[in-house]
Amino acid sequence: MATAEGTVIRIAGPVAEAKGMSNAVMHEMVEVGHNGLIGEIIRLEGDHATIQIYQNTSGLKLNEPVIGTGSLLSVELGPGLIGGVFDGIQRQLESLRVLTGPFIKQVHGITALSQEKKWSFHPKVKTDAKLVSGDILGTVKETNLVEHRIMVPVGVKGKLVEIASEGDYTIVETIAVIEVADGKKTDIQMLQRWPVRIPRPHTRRLFASIPLITGQRVIDTFFPIAKGGSAAIPGPFGAGKTITQQQLAKWSDANVVIYVGCGERGNEMVEVLDTFPQLLDPTTGQPLMERTILVANTSNMPVSAREASIYTGITLAEYYRDMGYAVALMADSTSRWAEALREVSGRLEEMPAEEGFPSYLPSRLAEFYERTGVVETLGTDGRTGSICAIGAVSPPGGDFSEPVTQHTKRFTRVFWALDAELAGSRHYPAINWMASYSGYITDLTDWWHKNVDDKWADYRNEAMHILQAEDELKNIVKLVGPEALPDKQRLIIETARVIRIAFLQQNALDPIDTYCNPKKQYKMLKIIVDFHHLAGNVIIKGAPIFKITELPVIEDLMRMKNSIPNDQLERLDEVEKKMHQNMENLEATLR
Amino acid sequence: MSGPSLEYRGVLSINGPIIMVENVSNVGYDELVSVKTPTGEKRLGKVIQVSQNVVTVQVFEGTTNLSPSETRTRFLGHSLEVPVSTEMLGRIMNSYGEPIDGHPRFFTEEKRDVNGYPINPTAREYPKDFIQTGLSAIDGLASLVRGQKLPVFSGPGLSHNELAAQIVRQAQIRNATEPFNIVFIAMGIKHDDADFFRKSFEETGAIKNVAMFLNLADDPPVERIITPRAGLTLAEYLAYEKDSHVLVIMTDITNYCEALREISSSMEEVPSRKGYPGYMYSDLASLYERAGRIVGKKGSITQMPILTMPNDDITHPIPDLTGYITEGQIVLSRNLEKQGIYPPINIITSLSRLMKDGIGKNNTREDHANIASQLYSAYAQYNNVKSLVAIIGEEGLGTHDKEYLRFGERFEKALIKQGRNENRTIEQTLDIAWNALSDLPEEELTAIKPEYIQKYLHKTDAEAI
Repeated sequence: MATAEGTVIRIAGPVAEAKGMSNAVMHEMVEVGHNGLIGEIIRLEGDHATIQIYQNTSGLKLNEPVIGTGSLLSVELGPGLIGGVFDGIQRQLESLRVLTGPFIKQVHGITALSQEKKWSFHPKVKTDAKLVSGDILGTVKETNLVEHRIMVPVGVKGKLVEIASEGDYTIVETIAVIEVADGKKTDIQMLQRWPVRIPRPHTRRLFASIPLITGQRVIDTFFPIAKGGSAAIPGPFGAGKTITQQQLAKWSDANVVIYVGCGERGNEMVEVLDTFPQLLDPTTGQPLMERTILVANTSNMPVSAREASIYTGITLAEYYRDMGYAVALMADSTSRWAEALREVSGRLEEMPAEEGFPSYLPSRLAEFYERTGVVETLGTDGRTGSICAIGAVSPPGGDFSEPVTQHTKRFTRVFWALDAELAGSRHYPAINWMASYSGYITDLTDWWHKNVDDKWADYRNEAMHILQAEDELKNIVKLVGPEALPDKQRLIIETARVIRIAFLQQNALDPIDTYCNPKKQYKMLKIIVDFHHLAGNVIIKGAPIFKITELPVIEDLMRMKNSIPNDQLERLDEVEKKMHQNMENLEATLR
Repeated sequence: MSGPSLEYRGVLSINGPIIMVENVSNVGYDELVSVKTPTGEKRLGKVIQVSQNVVTVQVFEGTTNLSPSETRTRFLGHSLEVPVSTEMLGRIMNSYGEPIDGHPRFFTEEKRDVNGYPINPTAREYPKDFIQTGLSAIDGLASLVRGQKLPVFSGPGLSHNELAAQIVRQAQIRNATEPFNIVFIAMGIKHDDADFFRKSFEETGAIKNVAMFLNLADDPPVERIITPRAGLTLAEYLAYEKDSHVLVIMTDITNYCEALREISSSMEEVPSRKGYPGYMYSDLASLYERAGRIVGKKGSITQMPILTMPNDDITHPIPDLTGYITEGQIVLSRNLEKQGIYPPINIITSLSRLMKDGIGKNNTREDHANIASQLYSAYAQYNNVKSLVAIIGEEGLGTHDKEYLRFGERFEKALIKQGRNENRTIEQTLDIAWNALSDLPEEELTAIKPEYIQKYLHKTDAEAI
C-alpha cells in the first residue's frame, strides 16, 4: 500500500481537512505540516480526509503537507512502560521535558520507550519449539514488582528458529526468529505495537469471581468490585473523586495500576508523582511506582489527545493483562473525555444529541468498558489476566441525570455515588450508601466465605439492613425528634451511627486507617453487628437506650479503625470481649 | 512566513465580531490579523478557521464601521504577542499590555505569545508554601498556598471587590526572600469598580507592586478573552524569568464566560449547558492551569479568580466548571453580609485542597491544622444549634448547646469579621481562634492534641476582646 501524501485545505482548532489522501485508511495516523503534528484520520470522503490533530495547531497553514504513516494510531509496548509518565498519545513526558523544557511545545519524534536502554532478557523457550501468539518467549525484570513477559505477537505462529541467549538487549534488537507456516521468517523484538482503538484479542472470557481488594471498607465490604469488573464514581466537585481514585490506585491489590489523568489538574498529577514513589505496596513492601503507569493529559493539554488518552490507557492495560496480570485502570475523569468527544464532534459539525454530546457517546463508552473483564489469554499455557476499570464521572452541578453519568451507569456494574452533603459534613469517603450499588456481591460471596469467614454475607446484609432502616427512620426523626421513637428503633439509629463513623468513614491521611485488610473489615463489622444484636436483647429485657449509648465500649468501637493496625487483629478480639462484658454487666444490673 | 505580508482589500462577510476574507494564501491557524477600517483605524483580530477559499477572522475590537468593500486586512504571520516587562509593575494596561494610565511607555523587555504553553506535568512542583492574606477566614480555614488556584465564589452585590482590594494590599509571603508581585486582571468591570480599585491601590501605595490589566464592561467582548491571557503572560515572565512570587487576581470570571458565550453563539457553534460553549471547561483550564510552580524555578504563580455566581447558584456552569479545575473555593454568603459581617466568608462551603501541605510547623504554626478542623466542626455544630433555635427558641437549649451558640457568635464576630484595613498575622488569627474556642468546655476540643491545648488555650485571655 502506498502512503498517502496530501495537503491541508482547512483548519479549525484541533481538526484539519486534507486533500489528496486517497491512499489513506480510516483511523490512520498521519503527520501534519512541517512540524509533523500527530493526527488521526476520523473521516474520509473521496480523497478528502478529516484529521483530528493531537497537538496544538497554532501556526499550521494551508497547503502544508499531510503524510500517512501507514499504521493506525498505536502505542508502543515493551519493557520501560512501568513507572513512565506519558501524555494522551503516549509521548514520554520526561523526554519531552528534556527537549522543550518545562513547557510543552511543538516537537518532532518523541517516542514512548527508550530504544537505547538495555534490558536483561531471560529466554523461556528453546529453538524448534512450536509457538503460537501469546506464548512467552522470555522475561525481563522490568521493576521489582513486575516481571515483563515478552510474548509472541498477535498473528504470528510457527517454529522457533532462533532465540536470544540470556543477556542484555535493547527493545529494538531481535530476540527471536520464528518460521511462520509458509516458510517465511519473522524477526521479533521486545518492542511491539498495537493500535489503540482495537481491543487486543484473547482466547475466551471468564467469570469474574475474585474481588479487587482496595482496603477501603465501604468499597470492599458494601460495594465490592471484582478483578475484571467496571465501576463508576460520579460526584460533584469537592466530593472526593480524585482522592478516592488515588486511594484505589495506591492500595488495590492489582499487579499493575494504570492511572489516566484525563483533563484534570496538573497539581494533582504532581501529587501522584511525588507520593507514589514513597508509598509502599502493602503486600510486597515495594514502592508503588514500580507497578504504576501514568497517562497524564491535563486539562490545558490538547483536547484531542485527551480523547485518545483513555484508549492509550486501556491498550496498555490489555498488554499487561495478556501477560497474565490483574490490571486496574483508573480514569479521572471520563466526563472530560466525553467533553473532548463533544468538542471534536462540534468542529465536525455533526448533529448533536443530548446536551450537545454526539449521539455515539453511549457506544464509545460501551466500547471502552467492554474492554474490561477476566480472560484466558492467548498462548498455550492458558494464563488468566484481568482488567478492572474505574471511571470517575464529573456531572455538571452534581446532577446524576446528565448523559455521561446515565450512560456510564448502563455499562458499569458498580456505582459509587459520591455525595456533596456527606463531603460537606467531612464524611470521607463520601460514598452514599443508599445511592450506590454493586452487581458483584453474589459473585464474590464465595471468595469472602472461603478466604475470610463464611458468615461474611450475613453480616454484610445485616449491616446494610440497619443502614436502610436508619434511612427510613431519619424522616420520622426530622418531624418528631428522636425521643418520640421506641428504644428498639433508637437502637437502630445508634448502631447506624456507629457503622457510619466507625466503619464507613475512613481517613485516607491516617497511617493505620488508610488501608484496612479484609480480615479486619470483617471483624470490625462483626463486632458492630453483634453489638446491635446484644443491645437489642438487653433492651427487650428492659434496659433503657441511654444505658446502651453510655457503654464505654462504644468509644472502643469508634477507635478500632485507627488504633488497631492490620497486623494486630487479636486486639479486635479484646474489643469484642469487652463488648460482651459490657453487655453482661448491663444485663446484671437489670435483674 | 517570509517577506512583507500582503494587504487584502475587501471582506466577504461581517457577522458580529467575525469577518470572512476570501482568496488569501499562506495563512496560519491562530495567526494575528491587522484590520483597517474604511476610516483608517487599525484593529486586531485572529484567524479562527482556515479553508481553501475563505479565512475566518475574529476581530478583537468589534466590527463596527467595517464595510465589506473597504475593509483592509493584513496577516501578520504570528499569533498575538504581548509585551512583558518588570516596568509594568505599578502601571495600568489594556488587554494588549499597552499602558493606559497616561504615563510614558515602559521599556518592553520581551514580546511573548499571549496563549503561553501548557506546563509539562513532570516539570511541576507540588505547592506547599503558605501565603498570608491577612484575612483570618482565609488564612486560618482555607489557606492559600503558593502555586495554587483558589477562586472566590461571590454573588452580585456582595463585597468581593473590597475583599480583592484588601488581599492585594495585604498579601505577603513568609520565609522567602524572592520578590512578591501582584497581577490584577479586571475583565468587563464597571467604570466605578475600576476607579475603586485604582484609588484603593494608589492611596495605599500598593500600586507600585501591582500590574493592572483593565478591560471595562463597555470594551468589546472579544478583548475580554485576551485580557487574562495578557496578564498571565506577564505573570509567567515575572515568575519564571525574574524569580518573583506572583499572585494573580482575576475579576470577574463571569464576565469572561459571558464574552465566551457571546462569541461562540455569533460563530453559530453548538451550545452546551445554558448556551455556554462545550469547550468552556478547556478554555477556563487554559487560564487556571497557568498557575503553579516549576521544578528548578524560584518563582511561582498563584491565582485567585473571582466570579459572581448568577442568582447565587453554585451549580451554574461558571462556578461549576471552575470548581472542577481549581483547588478549592472561597464562598461568600449573602446571609453573613446581611448580618454586617465582612468579609462574608462561609467557611462551611469554603475549602482549600492544598491547605494540608501548606500549613503547620514550618509554614504557619504547629497547632494550625488541629485548630482549623476543630473550628470547622464546632462551627458546623453551631449551625445545627442555630437551626434548633429557630424551632424551639434559645430558652429551650441545654447548656451544652448554649456554649456552642456563644462560641459561634464569637467566632463570627471576632474571627471571621475584620476591618477593611485590618491586617492580621496568622499568629493573631490562631490566637483569636483559641479565644473563641475557650467558650467551649475543654473536653469538646477533641480535634486538638492535648499538648497544644496545654500550650495555647487561655494563654491569650489577657488580650481577649
